[in-house]
Amino acid sequence: MVSLNLLIAVCLGYVAVLFLVAFGAERAALRGRAAWLRSPLVYTLSLSIYCTAWTFYGAVGYAARSGMEYLTIYIGPSLVMVGWFWAVRKLVRIGRSQNITSVADLISSRYGKSTLLAVLVTLLAVVGTTPYIALQLQSVTLSVASFSQADATARPLPDQNSTAFWVAAGLAFFTVLFGTRNLDANERHHGVVMAIAVEAVVKLFALLAVGVFVVWGIGGGIGETLARIDASPLGEWHVVPDRWLALSALSAAAFLCLPRMFQVMVVENEEEGHLRTAAWAFPLYLMLMSLFVVPIAVMGLDVLPAGANPDLFVLSLPLAEGRSNLALFSFIGGFSSATSMVIVASIALSTMVSNHIVMPIWLSRQAGGAMVSGDVRYVVILARRLSIIGVLALGYLYYRISGGGAALAAIGLISFSGVAQFLPALLGGLFWRGANRIGALAGLIVGGLIWLWCLFLPSFGPDMILSSGTMTEGPFGLGWLRPYALFGIVGLDSLVHGVFWSLLLNTVVFVMASLATFPTPMERLQGAQFVNIFDHSAATRGWSGGMAQSEDLMIMAQRILGATEAQALFRQAARAQGLQGYLPEPTSDFLQMLERELSGSVGAATAHAMIGQITGGANVSVEDLLAVADETAQIMEHSSQLEAKSDELARTARQLRAANEKLTALSVQKDAFLSQISHELRTPMTSIRAFSEILRDTDTLDAAEKTKYADIIHGEAVRLTRLLDDLLDLSVLENGQVRMNIAPGRLRPILDHAIAASGVDRGRLTIQTGGALETEIATDRDRLAQVFINLIANAQKYCDARTPVLTIAAREMEGLLIVDFTDNGTGVAADAQDMIFEKFSRIGHQQAGGAGLGLAICREIMVRLGGSITYLPGQQGAAFRLTLPLRDAMAAQ
Amino acid sequence: MDRTVLLIEDEPNIIEAIGFILSRDGWRVATHSNGVDAVGAIETRKPDLVILDVMLPGRSGFDILRDLRAGAGTADLPVLMLTARGQAQDREMAAALGASRFMAKPFSNAEVLEAANALVRP
Repeated sequence: MVSLNLLIAVCLGYVAVLFLVAFGAERAALRGRAAWLRSPLVYTLSLSIYCTAWTFYGAVGYAARSGMEYLTIYIGPSLVMVGWFWAVRKLVRIGRSQNITSVADLISSRYGKSTLLAVLVTLLAVVGTTPYIALQLQSVTLSVASFSQADATARPLPDQNSTAFWVAAGLAFFTVLFGTRNLDANERHHGVVMAIAVEAVVKLFALLAVGVFVVWGIGGGIGETLARIDASPLGEWHVVPDRWLALSALSAAAFLCLPRMFQVMVVENEEEGHLRTAAWAFPLYLMLMSLFVVPIAVMGLDVLPAGANPDLFVLSLPLAEGRSNLALFSFIGGFSSATSMVIVASIALSTMVSNHIVMPIWLSRQAGGAMVSGDVRYVVILARRLSIIGVLALGYLYYRISGGGAALAAIGLISFSGVAQFLPALLGGLFWRGANRIGALAGLIVGGLIWLWCLFLPSFGPDMILSSGTMTEGPFGLGWLRPYALFGIVGLDSLVHGVFWSLLLNTVVFVMASLATFPTPMERLQGAQFVNIFDHSAATRGWSGGMAQSEDLMIMAQRILGATEAQALFRQAARAQGLQGYLPEPTSDFLQMLERELSGSVGAATAHAMIGQITGGANVSVEDLLAVADETAQIMEHSSQLEAKSDELARTARQLRAANEKLTALSVQKDAFLSQISHELRTPMTSIRAFSEILRDTDTLDAAEKTKYADIIHGEAVRLTRLLDDLLDLSVLENGQVRMNIAPGRLRPILDHAIAASGVDRGRLTIQTGGALETEIATDRDRLAQVFINLIANAQKYCDARTPVLTIAAREMEGLLIVDFTDNGTGVAADAQDMIFEKFSRIGHQQAGGAGLGLAICREIMVRLGGSITYLPGQQGAAFRLTLPLRDAMAAQ
Repeated sequence: MDRTVLLIEDEPNIIEAIGFILSRDGWRVATHSNGVDAVGAIETRKPDLVILDVMLPGRSGFDILRDLRAGAGTADLPVLMLTARGQAQDREMAAALGASRFMAKPFSNAEVLEAANALVRP
């Protein structure tokens, strides 16, 4: 037999282990070695706080009373995780991007950071959760009591209330210790989450162990157990459709709306990706939890004496069979279920209460706004701690008042239906941009009132709060207001009735009021943020800045975030703005970012109000928003103008660069030419001077030598003359001083003359001519021939093919005569093609005589003749294209 | 023992003129007409004096001079630079690279003789 003392010792030991787990996890997280803390498995296990003592003990009781209906409690959440995965993902994304701290914060943020709405949601959440906390206390108390009954030697417990009290006090202590260590809710409670994950494992294994014992230990195997199930009334599968539908929907709604679920699912979420694992692993967990519920219920009804509380079958079955160790394990499982729920729920509620009720009140009582002396951090943490204690005290009080009479499952469902009232505002806010604050407020108030009237108040039992007269006759004799038969509709199950009317009217009023009223600008902005979260995860614009003093903001932020964190934040922001030191400009972006950071500590509405107090604008007016929007539009226009300008500048710069490159190249070329022309002049002069001195000073020369040297002098003199002629020719062409002797003629004779003058027959070059050689043109035949000769000479000099061939082809096209000179050499390199028509340029280096004037002269001549000469890239070798106008020829005739 | 000169120059007429002048003065004159393998030719022939034109086909006289001054056997070899460009910067460059003497074309025959004899005493 397990003595009561042993039980207490085991409980304390178990709690000590949880302490160690939580403490270790916190330390690991602090040291940054918390990779295992952030696994999707831990996340999934932490979601299992959905399974409270109600599930652990109550599901069996539920099954014993109502058959398979208990399954609905698991079906709802499973459907949400699997079928509504995208909605859950959206919720998590919004929660993370907006630094949401609770379900009240989410709804308040969505509807223009409304404080009133936050308060309403918080109150409803507290009212809805209190019975649930009481339920957990009750379950622990009952389970302890069942041990003491079994333990005949123990003195009977003097007062069950004292058990409940000490459990509540112990839980408050644990929660305060680990739930309020760090202020920023987004820093997350690693310790708590880890402890909850451990508890999730414990409760699952405890229930499975009892199940295995029942099926194989008492029942004698699967077959016999199934036979017993068939024999019992539970085996009859009778489904009440309206209850099944209502309960599934209710549990699904509660799964999304319960403050504690929101806490673990959204606030404590480390990574959006964890949802993917949870989407299948969490339903699997639920399935395992529900696996042995029916066998335990059936066996309990069979084996235990009539009148035994079915809610405690999980515990009393092993006790009745004398398996005290298993019973102890089962007790620890139930204890885990109860404590984990209470811890998370009180953290979630305390965050809401302190952020949305305590802090706003405290702030408004401080004349200086957020700029008061003292550390706001301590105030916030104190508020949290007091809230935790307050929430647990409320739970304890509810337990005392309700007397622990109602069946566990019933309280659970009423609690569910209370928080389910958030659903229309929550989902509407997530998916409907038209949803607004008035609608949300109206819907919540209507839904909340109906819930209070039809479900919550009657739950205390007849004549506790509502008199039995009111229950049967309606208040003041108004029959249509009877809590179980609103509008005179009778015959519905009371739960279905209450859930149906409260949610229906809640939704209808929410939609109607949203349609009938207009959202404030702030709501529009937030609405767009929430509904289109996947399109743009940027934050809202709200602050126009300028009025705020960075220093005041810094003082405030230090009090809320802590000096080190705030300084780091400000310094980072200042650096991002390109400023030294700790004080950034209070730009809209910075205020936005600061507000988001603060909202992680004190909630969106409070953070908004605090910054509002310092910046001077307590609320954002339409004018502010219009100004911001206007400014944004101007900035966008300005920036697009700038962009256009900068494009233009880039283009100009490119052109300038190109021009500069050309000028530089030309300058280099000019220098090179000066060297070249110097060389070209000095070289013949050197020979002339040297040989004339030899002729003058040497007496011993014979006649042949004299003739030879005189010839050299003559040849060099001719070379000099030719160079000077070319320079002069180019100079007059460039200055337009030359007169063209335009006369009609055919192309062929001019070309033939040029080929003959080039002396091709003496060299290696072969020339092929073809095309429209008989074309009549009016031109200066000598000048054109000069161009031809130059091109042919170039081919002679530069074509590097083994058997050089120059192809000259003429054709008429679009009023032009085109003559292409194409050789079969390697051609002109691409980077040199621009330069070859410039004066004094020579491809390569002093290879073939000439001063590099030929093509420059050709170009000048062709321009004078009304045509052009261009280099034709992409041919087999070097290719020059001459064009000449044909119209002039016609005109000349 | 006759003094030897290697004339590195690409203009045939100038080669002929300088060759004539120096050989009449008792020099043994060898010629080389391109820049590409000029350094190799100098190392093979080991002349007492090099007359080096700046504008040579294939390789600039300055590059050749730089190689000569870097080479162990040719670092102190007297080099008379000839250039047809005559700008100051060519003169400076030649001096910087260690030319023994610099002469702009056109030159007088007497100048060439005087320079050659000053660089390599008979």
